[in-house]
Amino acid sequence: MPTGTEHNETDILGPELDLPATPDLVPRAQGKLPRWAPWAILAASAVVVGGILATVGFSIGLWVVLTVVLFALATYTTSRVVEGPRKATDRLVTVVVGSAFAIAMIPLISVLWTVVSNGVARFDAAFFTNSMRGVVGEGGGAYHAILGTLIITGLAALMSIPIGMLTAVYLVEYGKGRLSRAITFFVDVMTGIPSIVAGLFAYALFALVVGPGVRMGFAGAVALTVLMIPIVVRSTEEMLKIVPNELREASYALGVPKWKTILKIVIPTTAGGIATGITLAIARVIGETAPLLIAVGITTGVNLNPFDDRMATLPVFAYYSYVSPGIPREPFLDRAWTAALVLMVIVMLLNIIARIISRAFAPKTR
Amino acid sequence: MTTTEVTPEPRTAKPVTQLGDRIFAGSAKGAGILILIVLAGVAAFLLTEAFPAIVAPTEDLPGEQNLLLYIWPLLFGTLLSAVIALFVATPLAVCVALFISHYAPRRIAQGLGYLVDLLAAVPSIVYGLWGVGVLAPASVGLMTWLNTYLGWIPLFAGPVSATGRTMLVTGLVLAVMILPIITAVAREVFLQAPRLHEEAALALGATRWEMIKMAVLPFGRSGLISGAMLGLGRALGETMAVAIVLSVSGVVTFNLVSSGNPSSIAANIALQFPEASGLGVNVLIASGLVLFVVTLAVNMLARYIVNRRSEFSGAN
Amino acid sequence: MSKNIEAKDLNIYYGSFRAVEGVDMSIKEKTVTALIGPSGCGKSTFLRSINRMHEVIAGAYVEGSLELDGQDLYGPGMDPVLVRRKIGMVFQRPNPFPTMSIYDNVIAGMRLNNKKAKKAELDDTVERSLRGANLWNEVKDRLDKPGSGLSGGQQQRLCIARAIAVQPDVLLMDEPCSALDPISTLAIEDLINELKNDYTIVIVTHNMQQAARVSDFTGFFNIEGTGKPGKLVEMDETKTIFSQPTQKATEDYVSGRFG
Repeated sequence: MPTGTEHNETDILGPELDLPATPDLVPRAQGKLPRWAPWAILAASAVVVGGILATVGFSIGLWVVLTVVLFALATYTTSRVVEGPRKATDRLVTVVVGSAFAIAMIPLISVLWTVVSNGVARFDAAFFTNSMRGVVGEGGGAYHAILGTLIITGLAALMSIPIGMLTAVYLVEYGKGRLSRAITFFVDVMTGIPSIVAGLFAYALFALVVGPGVRMGFAGAVALTVLMIPIVVRSTEEMLKIVPNELREASYALGVPKWKTILKIVIPTTAGGIATGITLAIARVIGETAPLLIAVGITTGVNLNPFDDRMATLPVFAYYSYVSPGIPREPFLDRAWTAALVLMVIVMLLNIIARIISRAFAPKTR
Repeated sequence: MTTTEVTPEPRTAKPVTQLGDRIFAGSAKGAGILILIVLAGVAAFLLTEAFPAIVAPTEDLPGEQNLLLYIWPLLFGTLLSAVIALFVATPLAVCVALFISHYAPRRIAQGLGYLVDLLAAVPSIVYGLWGVGVLAPASVGLMTWLNTYLGWIPLFAGPVSATGRTMLVTGLVLAVMILPIITAVAREVFLQAPRLHEEAALALGATRWEMIKMAVLPFGRSGLISGAMLGLGRALGETMAVAIVLSVSGVVTFNLVSSGNPSSIAANIALQFPEASGLGVNVLIASGLVLFVVTLAVNMLARYIVNRRSEFSGAN
Repeated sequence: MSKNIEAKDLNIYYGSFRAVEGVDMSIKEKTVTALIGPSGCGKSTFLRSINRMHEVIAGAYVEGSLELDGQDLYGPGMDPVLVRRKIGMVFQRPNPFPTMSIYDNVIAGMRLNNKKAKKAELDDTVERSLRGANLWNEVKDRLDKPGSGLSGGQQQRLCIARAIAVQPDVLLMDEPCSALDPISTLAIEDLINELKNDYTIVIVTHNMQQAARVSDFTGFFNIEGTGKPGKLVEMDETKTIFSQPTQKATEDYVSGRFG
């Protein structure tokens, strides 16, 4: 029997504890749905919904939407019973995200498909070699519009690339004070100018300088320049910032002055990235309709002089062919779609060229 | 020995510079200043040309309408169509971006990214033609359904347009246009979620969705907001899609499915400008000024939110 | 082709902060001088002031004088760009220009300074510099391949070749081996032993054993505390610094009691 001190010793060691048995570390057995289960549930949902709609009134859109909803619910409940709530939620989210992706892809693919299938009708040699001079119905083409687009966009690129690149160089390599902060801020602001406002600005500028009601290709180029400059500045800036400082220091240490370091070391190192950025900027503005509508107008014949009156451009040509067709309407609509297709092909080509440039210029290591 | 409080004057104010350096630095600075001048010019020229419309007495204005009364429905239409687009596009964009960054198999993920980027390059006139030629007719069924079953909500009160050229369809077209923009920003943000946090979540036994909830979404919230605002800015300024798709009657209404709709500022300018003259031109430019201010505010807000996150730029 | 360097009461400032205080140092030609000391003691700052590289950071300037064979590098009218053509530098991390081949990297200094030269002369320079950097045999068959395709140690030797191609008087090395593996480090140390026959070399190193192996003279920099300027505590022949230093701080550092 414990006496006083012995009792204390026992207390120090602690009373005998009645520990419960260690709980199971392995949770109670969870099932797992077989790999084919989601597909089976999807198929079943489609059939069920289709059957219901066949009696009530079928429409493809409704069928797709209800199938997805039923699929989501069925997956959740099945999974919850077999696998547990956490896994069920996970599966539900996967269904939601996947379906949202599919739904988002539908209109985008529909756009591509529509343009291609409608535009193919007039995608012929005559379209590329004729203008609309004297054409009231069939025939005609967008030769004048294609040239107009190339000339005006080319002028815009000529103006915005040097200004944009030099500004980016200033921001990254030289500026550290209030001026460069102001420039950065306002370049950001410029990226948000609606394209039609840029067109209005170009119109207003030339109205004040030359005279009201003036339309010319060069005004359109000015509007596109306003839109292009911030894109060129941003992307060039990003590329210049990626060049590690050690490269610049290595050049300075060889006794090379700063401006030569920038021109011959820094810029060539990111030439690919800068070229990509510029190509993408061109692709962005080449499809702009609104500013050209305002500042350049449209014409039916070929006009290659950007300083003399209206010119035709592809997007404005497509627009007018659609909203003010002649009689009969069909040829005009056909031409509108083909012009849209040609424009899209040009834009896609520019994007692909941009990717090729970026891959070709990546610094090689072997 | 004195400590670092001693501040003697520097011996030479600037080190000797080369002529090439001064020319080059000067041109670079000049280019930057030119941009400031251009932006100031945009504001100035717009104001100059809009001014006559602002001060003219109401009788002189075309349609004899007070300038504010003229612009207000347009502003309403602009905001309504853009808000619809934002509501529809943002959740879809988040899902698409998540799918590409965390759900799709690695091999096709990059291809999908390219596809979405390519779609951002489609010119707006194409979307306009598609909207009026394909989406509008196809939506008549949906809008009729909405009107039949949910017609008690003012948004869907009838009568339903037969051509489908309604505010709802216009909003949907805009949504499709801004979807790639928001997706691109969201994808960037999700890909930058720190792998360390993701792996920590997975190591705790989290499911994929739980990991995304814990490690990816909180990290990307401000980026998503700025992406959405960029999309909103784009939708506010969009011209051609609205000009072609929307059937305009000028009435201010929340009815999304009928054929009487307010136009948007940009579409109105596009539609009226070619035929306008005299004070009419000034009125249109004044409305353009209003649009400029609104998009400016939205974009500045977006940039402000972006800049609050410290960004890693790669420079050292 | 090499010269001696004389620093007289050199103080280096970044804005109003004095980073290095009152350095008096004499570096003899065709020797290797090592600068050692704990982190932040100003040895790299001092090294960079020799070829005026510290001025790349805005607001940096010096008080005192730094003379190369009697000519003050900080005198009025002295162009830092010209100073750097006579005093070359090799950095901690190898940094060959990624868009250039090995051949072009070596003559980059010459090309960028517009020295017009015939192909034969350039070929000679490339071979001479690569031999001088102990890299010739390894790369002579792939001179047109990109410079970034070499291993770390080879890249650093390429940077050394690039630096000596312009035939400077002095070669500065800022912890050239700290990013390299031990074998490459050994190769570079052997190289330094050969280079000192032609150049005056100043090397900053964290590795005391390296300083002991490689240098003829050693300067020990120390700093009293954060926010205080760094100072040159002691400078002497290497064997003296490491066996019988006169200052207690030096002795504490080289015997590993701190730093």
